[in-house]
Amino acid sequence: MMPFVPLLVILPLGAAFCVVAMAQVNWMRRLTAPLAIAAVLANLVISAMLLGFGDIRFFVGGWGPESAIGIELVCDGLSKLMAVTINLVALVAFVFAVPYMRRFTKVWLFDSLLLLMIGAMNGVVLAGDLFNLFVFLEIAAIASYALVAFGCEAEELEAAFKYMVLGTVGSAFILLGVTIIYSLTGQLNMAMVHSLLGKVGPGGPAVLLAAALLLSGLALKAAMVPFHAWLPDAHPSAPAPISAMLSGVLIKASGVYVMARIVFNVLGASDRLAVILMAMGTLSMLIGVLLAVGQWDIKRLLAYHSISQMGYVVLAIGAAAQVASRPSPDMALAGLCLFGGLFHLFNHAMFKSLLFLSSGSIEQQTGTRELKKMGGLARRMKVTSFCCRVGALSISGVPPFNGFFSKLIIIVALVLAGHEVLAALAVFVALVTLISFIKVQRYALEGAAADDRAANAVEAPVLMQAAMVVLAVICIVSGLAIVPLGEHVLGPAADALLGAGRLLSTGGAP
Amino acid sequence: MSTGIYILAFAVLLAGLYAIVAKKNIVKIIVGLLAVDYALNLMLVLVGYRTGGTPPILVEGQTPAKLAAAAVDPLPQAMVLTSIVIGLGLTALMVALGIRLYERYGTFDTNRIRRLRG
Amino acid sequence: MSEGMTPIVKNAARLVSGFIAVFGIYIALTGHISPGGGFAGGVILAAAAVLIVLAFGRAAAERIFTPSQCHLWDAAGAGLFLAVAVIGYFSGGFFVNFIGHISKGQVGKLFSGGTILVSNLFILIKVAAGLVGAFLALSAFRRMGADAAGGAIEGGQTA
Repeated sequence: MMPFVPLLVILPLGAAFCVVAMAQVNWMRRLTAPLAIAAVLANLVISAMLLGFGDIRFFVGGWGPESAIGIELVCDGLSKLMAVTINLVALVAFVFAVPYMRRFTKVWLFDSLLLLMIGAMNGVVLAGDLFNLFVFLEIAAIASYALVAFGCEAEELEAAFKYMVLGTVGSAFILLGVTIIYSLTGQLNMAMVHSLLGKVGPGGPAVLLAAALLLSGLALKAAMVPFHAWLPDAHPSAPAPISAMLSGVLIKASGVYVMARIVFNVLGASDRLAVILMAMGTLSMLIGVLLAVGQWDIKRLLAYHSISQMGYVVLAIGAAAQVASRPSPDMALAGLCLFGGLFHLFNHAMFKSLLFLSSGSIEQQTGTRELKKMGGLARRMKVTSFCCRVGALSISGVPPFNGFFSKLIIIVALVLAGHEVLAALAVFVALVTLISFIKVQRYALEGAAADDRAANAVEAPVLMQAAMVVLAVICIVSGLAIVPLGEHVLGPAADALLGAGRLLSTGGAP
Repeated sequence: MSTGIYILAFAVLLAGLYAIVAKKNIVKIIVGLLAVDYALNLMLVLVGYRTGGTPPILVEGQTPAKLAAAAVDPLPQAMVLTSIVIGLGLTALMVALGIRLYERYGTFDTNRIRRLRG
Repeated sequence: MSEGMTPIVKNAARLVSGFIAVFGIYIALTGHISPGGGFAGGVILAAAAVLIVLAFGRAAAERIFTPSQCHLWDAAGAGLFLAVAVIGYFSGGFFVNFIGHISKGQVGKLFSGGTILVSNLFILIKVAAGLVGAFLALSAFRRMGADAAGGAIEGGQTA
């Protein structure tokens, strides 16, 4: 199974290069979309197959485990969960994009950029050393800046420029943090850094500076609240499949995943870091949802909700770090917090992508994103509105959809860990989320059509419907199938974070 | 001596950050981002410096062990090479975005490029 | 309006750009025994092409290398680099230096060090093609503002 691990990165990258080459020959241009979809489908199959095997460490170039100077790809439980999420959302977004992107020219550029982004995100979750993590992070980020500006309208360019400036500053902070860690320990491999930092001492001023820089940069990538300013502009302006990819996987793979890796597996969970994570998570939850309620642009509303839901996940991860850093840590409780957080991460990828895709379908058919100009779509666009309702119910945490279970686990874990106030805030945020999605339902799907075009809207093309239905089915099923999901996928993921150094230590089994 | 260069590199970083935060012209913001990139690359190379070290290239009549003892650290140099290439890609994209923004809005002033609110 | 710059610049560019290109290829191919390598060589080779575009104007330069060709060479360089890495699969692992298994590197010799030389060559092609393509794309935008000072500055933009 080991040789298949780099394929997760090679296949999308190779397909991206092939797409660029094929698009220069006129008769091959139509084949670029099937090639891209085939590559992502193969990726998804490989990442699903990898779920069954244990932890895998792959050394690139044969620079084996004795000398930790080579590039290492680590595929443990958390990587597998993220890989499955990324490839699933990517496949669905690509299928949705085939009819949606017909309004743009040079669609082959879109295909190759999106493939680069997918390959880079797979690289981020597989990277075993800090600098390769940074490189893949940057590749994904640059591809996403270009994709946000794809339509070249005035607002898209402005949003892309703002996103680019903020994202580059965030990446600069991350690189500075990696530099400081390298100068302290002389190593880049995450496992070796963890063992060396344990000797230097977790509270040393240089390590604190590196931790602060890394967390700031990653909070910017994950759109946590003091650093969220780019997200409400960038996500609505992008084309709908890109919004789904950005909100659904990019802020997770390049923000929350890297934060969790660094806090648990590199720096070691400590109380200080945990408090910072919990504070950022709580602020993001509250401010995201309060700003979301007043929005009238459907995609901007969804973007603000992304901030709020990511706050949930970061809060859960912070609570787990805090529990794990107590003098007598209750690992089962930390595991529960992580379980809730990671399950919510997967669920959010599913229902947020579903919501963005359905809003894209609404936008294509009615020509507007303003809630006040839509209306009565439930009668005319049945599949889209069904999927939109499933997504809205999932994000609001209504049983039996998946959002309910993950939010429940997070709230229960917070209460058990002794943070009743935060649990109450989480419940309040869930209520306000429900309110804002009732507003979306009322204005977009129910009621009378406010506009001519909304009155004549027909259903979206078949491929778009298929993409949305797949995500809706997953939303329903993953809530009900929580026990097998938890045992095989989420349990190993939480273990990978908490058993810090168990796999990644040099003494571990190859 | 190397402490002084670190301080200089940090000063360039701060100057770049000031340009990004305080300037209103898009071209100046781009230049600030470039300054931040170059300062980071400089700091990364400086990490590997060893006083009186030789370049990490194996020449005739030298063994790898002697090279490892006398040369500067080659790993930061490899990292910086990658980082410079990333900076190049970012620069190209930023300049292209800046040009297209000028085409659409007719100005480089960020006070007037403000259609997205809320 | 005349295309490109004055005849002095054009003749100088004709003479010099070949040397610049050779220098860039030299730096890329000796990347494993001296500083430089694929990226630096690719940038210098791209600089030679950019010199041609600046001296002769964009329309004339496009007769020699079009953006479509740049895309093709770019993708080919990157794809071949990836192919070299994947071929390593069959003799050890991903990115293994499979030529190095056959003949170990010797200090200072050009044809040693295995796949490093080949990888540098492909990176040279990719970076040069990519940079020239980016430059051609950026120079295709309309000129900023009206003609300055009434002079005919270098031409070569699309309408």
